[in-house]
Amino acid sequence: MNAHLNLGPVLFNWSADTFRDFYFRMADEAPLETVFLGEVVCSKREPFFAPELPAIAERLTAAGKKVVFSTLALVMTKRERDMVQQLCEMDGVIVEANDISAVSYLQGRPHTIGPFVNIYNEGSLAVMEKQGATHISLPGELPRSSLQALAKTAKADLEVQAFGRQPLAVSARCYHARSHGLAKDSCQYVCAKDPDGMDLDTLDGDAFLAVNGIQTMSYTCANLIGELDDLQTIGIHHFRLSPHSCDMVDVTKTFEAVLKGQMETGEAVEKLNDLMDGLPFSNGYYYGQEGAKAKGMVEEFGL
Amino acid sequence: MKTQKLELVCPAGTPAALRAAVDAGADTVYCGFRDATNARNFPGLNFSRDELASGIDYAKAHGAQVLVALNTYPEAGNPAPWHQAVEDAADLGAHALIMADIGLLAYAAEKRPDTRRHLSVQASASNPAAINYYQETFDVKRVVLPRVLTVPEIKALNQEIDVETEVFVFGGLCVMAEGRCSLSSYATGQSPNINGVCSPASHVRYEDKGNKMVSKLGDFTINQFSQSEAAGYPTLCKGRFVTQDKASYLFEDPTSLNAAEFLPDLMEAGVTALKIEGRQRGKAYIAQVVAAFRKAADAAANNQPIPPLGLENITEGQRETTGAYNKRWQ
Repeated sequence: MNAHLNLGPVLFNWSADTFRDFYFRMADEAPLETVFLGEVVCSKREPFFAPELPAIAERLTAAGKKVVFSTLALVMTKRERDMVQQLCEMDGVIVEANDISAVSYLQGRPHTIGPFVNIYNEGSLAVMEKQGATHISLPGELPRSSLQALAKTAKADLEVQAFGRQPLAVSARCYHARSHGLAKDSCQYVCAKDPDGMDLDTLDGDAFLAVNGIQTMSYTCANLIGELDDLQTIGIHHFRLSPHSCDMVDVTKTFEAVLKGQMETGEAVEKLNDLMDGLPFSNGYYYGQEGAKAKGMVEEFGL
Repeated sequence: MKTQKLELVCPAGTPAALRAAVDAGADTVYCGFRDATNARNFPGLNFSRDELASGIDYAKAHGAQVLVALNTYPEAGNPAPWHQAVEDAADLGAHALIMADIGLLAYAAEKRPDTRRHLSVQASASNPAAINYYQETFDVKRVVLPRVLTVPEIKALNQEIDVETEVFVFGGLCVMAEGRCSLSSYATGQSPNINGVCSPASHVRYEDKGNKMVSKLGDFTINQFSQSEAAGYPTLCKGRFVTQDKASYLFEDPTSLNAAEFLPDLMEAGVTALKIEGRQRGKAYIAQVVAAFRKAADAAANNQPIPPLGLENITEGQRETTGAYNKRWQ
């Protein structure tokens, strides 16, 4: 099959043990091609799991997976900049840039571009390719028409997020801390209480968004399993699965089964729905609609 | 690189607002074309080519300059409107183009190298490495800083870059890193990056529920108000939401930025220009705000205390914040 399943970086604050066990299991059991690894959301979390990274990378590599290290999305302090620079200047690793600062350190040698860098059109795509980008994970709000136009001219591999809550915004402010009445500097790492993000409802009690530290995400779980064929038709062959606390090996295997034609989409959607405990799915961005919408999910799969 | 005098960069959504800003003492006015090439793509707003030509003439005759914002991200497969906007703005004599997209910066740098390039806040360049990249790659002369930095951080930043910095001091306030927020499109399908709008009026509804007024954006309730409260506009990140069973303005209160008190510090931090938000505002508002900040900027330049702005009539009932300039905001 000419389709590639990749695992995005863990966006949530998981304990070092959970983090390590998760990746060891993904290394051993999940049919993944590339695994993106590293802290993208909050620089304060990184020291906790950093000691585990070499063993994780080794286990993934030994299992035949390609490892890419992802950089922070919002780089403000000197410490954060140093963190990004050190990662970008390490020998023998491939790095995914999630901020232009990382692009500046990586240009001139092969690297990848993450979804937090704004590549909306052929012009910016061409600049990134010229500077050495070989793989580009596109921003989540791009509609099918844009993906198709980009795929027409791309030399780099293009990827879209096919599963997981959608990253929608980052801020200097930590909303997890703020919700607990704490300041960012003395946050007590309260984001660790919510392994899949903290639900945010409207005043009417409708589920709306999810808070993950300085990041705001969708309440819904993006799910393009029904669009995999169409995506490949328009030239997108890399699919990012964004980690959640559910059984991600099973999630990956479900995507693989659909890609190999071994499982019907309806059955797969039902399975993913069970795995995510009924969290609603969304695919609206793909159809140029509200990102929260789930086109076809209700009509076709009763979700 | 301490600045002697702060440049006052003022918004204009109409030719009348442009003249009002110039008359009130703006050093520079920024505006956009009447389409999705700029991030204030609102009905009835912005400039035709002819209007921009007249606006630039008026500004130049009064010693002011005009910047043209081309700060959305061009649509894949459809770069022509953005490229044409670069060509037209340059032909008409714009002092600089304000851009965020890397592809558009590359186009402008190659095709119209003699027209200055400013990096829009929508590029969210929040650190020296990113800013230096834009300077080295596209010869950007000025960066509009994202609203995520404290004053000491801005000062440190200015010591590590060779381009001018422009900072927001008054008006609407993004609480998310600009250009990296798709909250609006999640609820409405329309985003700042693609469509040049945030929480667009076309998707706003107010529902009278008897004892309360509910404001909605798309399918989602953003806030509700008792009969005695004025129902505010449902900008998504200024809404009231529930986390952990508690309702709050989690992202930000319905507030606007006023950093007048920080002008001396911003000057000391090496900032070149002060930006006022509000291309969607009428000419009376523009005239009043620009005149107040003209006085404030001149006072700062002369080492005098910042005078009271006297803007209570337009900010009355609205809370103000100094935003990220103050570390406590985070």
